[in-house]
Amino acid sequence: MRSLVIAASLALGAAAAFGASLAQADNLKIGYIDPLSGGGASVGEVGLKHFQFLADEINAKGGVNGQQIEIVPFDGKTNPQESLIQAQKAIDQGIRFITQGNGSSVAGALLDFVAKYNDRNPGKEVLYFNYAAVDPVLTNDKCSFWHFRWDANSDIKMAALTNFLKQRPAVKKIYLINQDYSFGQSVRTQARAMLKEKRPDIEIVGDELHPLLKITDFSPYIAKIKASGADTVITGNWGQDIALLLKAAADAGLQTDFYTYYAGGAGGPTAIKQTGLSDRVFDIVEGNANDAPASAQKTEQEFRDKYGVTLWYPRAVNEMRMFAKAANEAKSNDPKAVAAKLEDMKVEGFDGGEIVMRKDDHQLFQDMFVRSFGPLKPGQKFDEEKTGWGWTTQGRVAGKDTLLPTTCKMERP
Amino acid sequence: MLELITFSTLNGLLYGMLLFMMASGLTLIFSMMGVLNFAHASFYMLGAYFGFEISRRIGFWPGFVVAPLLVGAVGALVERYGLRRVHRYGHVAELLFTFGLAFVLEELVNMFWGKLPVDYRVPPSLDFVAFRLFDTTYPAYRMFMLLVAVAMFAFLIAVLTRSRVGLIIQAALTHPDMVAMLGHNVPRIFMLVFGVGAALAGLAGVIAGPALVTQPSMAALLGPILFVVIVVGGLGSLAGAFVASLLIGLVQTFAVAINVSLADVVGAEAAARLGDLGTVTVAQIAPVIPYLLLVLVLIFRPKGLMGTRET
Amino acid sequence: MSEGAILSWRSWAPWVALALALVLLPRLLSSGSSLTMMSLMGIMIIFALSYNMLLGQTGMLSFGHAVYYGLAGFVAIHAMNAIAQNKWAIPLPVIPLIGGLAGLAFGILFGSVSTRRGGTVFAMITLGVGELVASSSLILRSFFGGESGITANRTKLMPLFGYKFGPQIEIYYLIAGWAFIAILAMYAITRTPFGRMCNAVRENPERAEFIGYSTQTVRFIAFCLAGFFAGIAGALAAINFEIMNALSLGAAQSGTVLLMAFIGGIGLFWGPILGAILVTFLQVTLSDLTGAWMLYFGLLFILVVMFAPGGIAGWLALHGPALRSGRLGRLLPAYALAAVPLAMAAAGAILIVELAHHMLVKASSDGSLVHVFFTTLDGASPWPWLAALALLGVGAALTRLAWGPVRSAWAAVHAASAPVDGPAEAAVVPPAAQGVLPT
Repeated sequence: MRSLVIAASLALGAAAAFGASLAQADNLKIGYIDPLSGGGASVGEVGLKHFQFLADEINAKGGVNGQQIEIVPFDGKTNPQESLIQAQKAIDQGIRFITQGNGSSVAGALLDFVAKYNDRNPGKEVLYFNYAAVDPVLTNDKCSFWHFRWDANSDIKMAALTNFLKQRPAVKKIYLINQDYSFGQSVRTQARAMLKEKRPDIEIVGDELHPLLKITDFSPYIAKIKASGADTVITGNWGQDIALLLKAAADAGLQTDFYTYYAGGAGGPTAIKQTGLSDRVFDIVEGNANDAPASAQKTEQEFRDKYGVTLWYPRAVNEMRMFAKAANEAKSNDPKAVAAKLEDMKVEGFDGGEIVMRKDDHQLFQDMFVRSFGPLKPGQKFDEEKTGWGWTTQGRVAGKDTLLPTTCKMERP
Repeated sequence: MLELITFSTLNGLLYGMLLFMMASGLTLIFSMMGVLNFAHASFYMLGAYFGFEISRRIGFWPGFVVAPLLVGAVGALVERYGLRRVHRYGHVAELLFTFGLAFVLEELVNMFWGKLPVDYRVPPSLDFVAFRLFDTTYPAYRMFMLLVAVAMFAFLIAVLTRSRVGLIIQAALTHPDMVAMLGHNVPRIFMLVFGVGAALAGLAGVIAGPALVTQPSMAALLGPILFVVIVVGGLGSLAGAFVASLLIGLVQTFAVAINVSLADVVGAEAAARLGDLGTVTVAQIAPVIPYLLLVLVLIFRPKGLMGTRET
Repeated sequence: MSEGAILSWRSWAPWVALALALVLLPRLLSSGSSLTMMSLMGIMIIFALSYNMLLGQTGMLSFGHAVYYGLAGFVAIHAMNAIAQNKWAIPLPVIPLIGGLAGLAFGILFGSVSTRRGGTVFAMITLGVGELVASSSLILRSFFGGESGITANRTKLMPLFGYKFGPQIEIYYLIAGWAFIAILAMYAITRTPFGRMCNAVRENPERAEFIGYSTQTVRFIAFCLAGFFAGIAGALAAINFEIMNALSLGAAQSGTVLLMAFIGGIGLFWGPILGAILVTFLQVTLSDLTGAWMLYFGLLFILVVMFAPGGIAGWLALHGPALRSGRLGRLLPAYALAAVPLAMAAAGAILIVELAHHMLVKASSDGSLVHVFFTTLDGASPWPWLAALALLGVGAALTRLAWGPVRSAWAAVHAASAPVDGPAEAAVVPPAAQGVLPT
C-alpha cells in the first residue's frame, strides 16, 4: 500500500507535468476550440481549414501589426467541460484570442468562462470570437463584452425568414417540427410569434418537438404532417435529424416546401439530392457562392481548389478580416484594444452589403439569403458535395431589416 | 385519422420486426453463452456499412447476400479469438469485452466512412410506391423489409424446431454440460451461434440501412433499445423477444402520434404545479418510454413478460 | 497489514506521503493547465473509487454511475446559486458535502429499486435508469437548464478566511482536501466488517446469505455509499467548472468511469486511482496528438480486458512478492527482452492507425503526408504501410518467442518468493488482482 500510494502520487505528478505548456513562438496565436475527434470531427476539421486559409490570407498581406497569425487547434469534443479544459490550455500557452462555433452549450460555457477569467485576471484578458453558435441568449441576457458573434442568431434568422415569407402568399398552412432542446424551442416560439405578426393569415397546423438526435425513422412524424394538410414545413433540425426528416418525407411522397436552418450543413445536400426534392428545400444563410460578388467567388474557388470542400462559413471570413482590420487600426494586438475597435465596426461583407458589429450586444448584422437547392442552373458555378446540385438565391433580406432589439446590459471594463 | 393509424401500425410493425431480427440473435447468444453482447447493435451497423460499400461497387443485391455473411464471419472471429479468451474471467469480463468492442467498432466506422450519413440507396427495382391510402404513399422498399423480416422469422423457427442443429442448440440452451457430454463440440456451437446472431443483425442492417440511416451513431442509438427488448421479453425467451419487439415498435410509433400532455388531462392549473412535467407531451417522451418499461418490468416482473428464469 | 497494526507508523506512512504529495505537487507544477488537470484528476479519483465500491468491492456492474455524479453536480450548482442569492453564511468548501448528500439521496431513491438483484439484472436496471435520467434531463428544463446547462459563480459565496476561491490554485487545494478525505474514508470502509461483507457478496452471494446477511441490504448500502462519494465528486466538478450540463450524467460519462476503474484495476483499492490519473491525462492530452485517440482508448480497454483483467494495478501487484523478496531484479532481463519486440509491435500498430486515420480522414484536404513519430511519411505510397505491417508482424512474432523467457523467469521468482508472501497481505489482494474477476 505505502509504496503504491507514493507511486500513484508520482504518476500524478509526472502525468500533469506533461500537460505543462510548451515554448512559445512569436506569432499572434488564435486558439481554435472545436471538435476534432469523434462525432463532430468532420465539421470541426472543415472549420479549422477556414481559419487556416484565412490566416494565410492575412499573413500574405503582412499579418497584423507585423505579427503573423497562427491558428492553434484544440479538440473541444463538443463537450462544454472538455472545451473549458482546452481553453485553459490555450490560455496557458499565451493565447489571448479564441474562436469556437460548434454547439451553443459549449459557447455558453466558454462565454461564461472567459468573462470570469477576465474578471479574475485583469491585464490578461482573453477575447472569444463565436462564428457559429446561434443561441440568442449569448447576445441577450448572457451577453458579455468579451464575446463577439459573427453568425446571425436564430431569432435574426427567423426574422429574415418570416420577412421572406411575407412575399410568398402561396404559403397558407405551416407545420413546425423541431428538436426538443433550447435551440429547437426558440425556433418554434419565434416562428409562432413572428408569423402571427407578419402573416396573421397563415395557419399553424402542427407544432412538433421531437427528441434530439434520437429518431431513426421519421415516418410517423411525416404521417402526422400529411394528416395536417400543411403546405410548408419550418424546421431548425440539423445533422441526421434534417437528413432523416427529408428522407422520410420523400418516401411518403410528402409534397411540401421545407424551410430550414441547416439543410446546407454537412451531408444535407447529399440527403436532399437523394430525396429528389428539387428546389423545394430552402435554407437561410449569410451568403450564397453562386450569386456572390466576383471577389467572393474567387475566394470560394481558391478554397475549394485547396481543400476540396465548400467554404461553409462566409462569416468566418468576415470574422478574420474584421479582426485583422480592428487590430491594425488599434495598432495593438491587445484584446481590449481590439474589442474596442470591433464595436460598431462597419465594413463591406464578404458576400456584399454592409455588415455592422452592433455595440450594444456584439452581434453582427448582415444581409441574409434564402436559398433553394436544386440542379445547377445555367451560369452557376458551384455545386455541393459533388451532387451536381447547387444553391439558388430566392430572396435577400437586408441586414437593417433584421435588427432585433436586445436585452443585453453590457458591463464594460 | 384512419390513415394515421394504418401507417403507424405498419411502421410500428416494421420497426418491431427489425428489432426482433437483432433481438433474436442477442437472445440466442445470451441464453447459450450467458453473454449480454453489447456489440450486437454494432454488427447491425457493420451490416449496413458493408451493404453500402458493396452496393456502391457492385449492386444492392450482391450486398444483400454477401454483407450479412461477412458480418457473420466477423462475429465468428470475434467469438473465436476474443470472447473465448475472455470467457475464463467470467461474464463481467465478457460483457466488458463486448462493451469495448462496440466502442472500437464505432471508431473504426467513423474512420473508414466518416461521421456523416452515407448515401446508401434503395435499389431501383424496389423504388416505387407499394400502395396509396388517401393521398399517403407507402414505399415498396418498406414492404420488402417487412417481408424479409417475416421470412427470417419463419426460417429461424423452422431451423430451431425442425433441424438437427436447431435441436442441439435448444438442448444447449438448457443443458450445455449434457450436450457437451453427448459429444457435441460446445465451443464450436457457441461460435456458430455467435456468428449466426451477428449475421442476422448484419442482415437487419443491410435492409434497414437504405430506409433509415447509415451512420456511425446508428449502433449507439439502437443498442440500449435492444437490451430493453430482450429484458422486457424475458431473458432467454425467443417468443418473449418477439412479443417485446413488436410491443416496443408499436408503442414507440404510436406515442409519437399522441400530442397529449398532463396539462390536457388534469387541467393547466394542476399541471402548472408539476413544472416542466406538466407540459411535456407523450410524443416528446416517446423515446424514454422503453426505458420506463424496462425499469418497471424489472421491478415488478424480473423474469420479463415470457421469461422462465431469473438471471 | 493486520488489524493490530493500524496504529503503527507503517500504516500511516502512505497517507502522510499522499497528503504531502497533494500539498507539494502545485509547487512543482504551477502552470495553469497542470493545475486544471490535477484538479480534474482529483475529482476523477473520487469518482472512480466510488465506482469501484460497486464493481470492485461488491461485484456490481453499473452502467449508470454518472447519474449520481451528474445529479449531485446539478444540486451543487443550484445550491451555490441559492446560497449566493440569499447570502447565506455557507462557505464554498461545504458544497461537496451537499453534493454528497444529494448523491446519497438519489442513491437511496434509485438504489431501492435497482439493488434488489445483483448480476445482469442490476446492470440492466442501471442502464435503464441511466438512459431515463439522461433523457429526462433534456425535458426537465428548469432543473437541468436544457442542453446549455446551469452556470454558477463560485466567488459569490461567503469567503472563508479571506479566500474567495477564484484562482485555480485555491480550487486545487479544495479538491485535494476533499479527495484526501474521500480516499481515506473509502479505504476505511473497505476495512470495516461491512467492507468485508461486500467482498463476500461479490465472491459468493449464497454463502453470504447462509451466514445470515441479506445480500440485498449489503448491495443497497454499498450502492448508497457509492452514490454519496460520486456526489462529492460531482459537486467538486460543479465547483471546478462552474457549469453543469446534461452530458455529465449521460452514458458516455458512465462509460468513462467504468474505463477508468477497469484500466486501473478493480481488484485493488488503489487501482482506480491509477486509472483515473491515466485516463484523465490521456483524455486531455492525447487529443492534441492524434485525432484517433478514441480508437486507442477502446483498444487499450480491450487489451486490458483480454490480457490483464486485473488492470494496471493488478499487474503491478503481481510483482509485490518478488519486490519484497528482493528478486525483482531477476525479472528485468526477461522483461527487457520482451519489451523490445513489444515496443516494435506497438509502434507498428500505432503507425497503421495513424496512416489509416490520416488517409481516410484528412488526406482529401491535407494531402497524403503524415507526420508521425517525428518523421513525415507519404501515406499514398505502399512502403510506410508495408514497413508498419512488418513492424507489427515481426514484433508480435518475437513477443511470442520472448514470452518463454518471461514465463520461466516468473516461475523461478515466484517459486522462490512464495513463502515470503504472508497470509495477511494475501487478504488485501483479492482474487481479481490475480486475474479472476467477480462474476
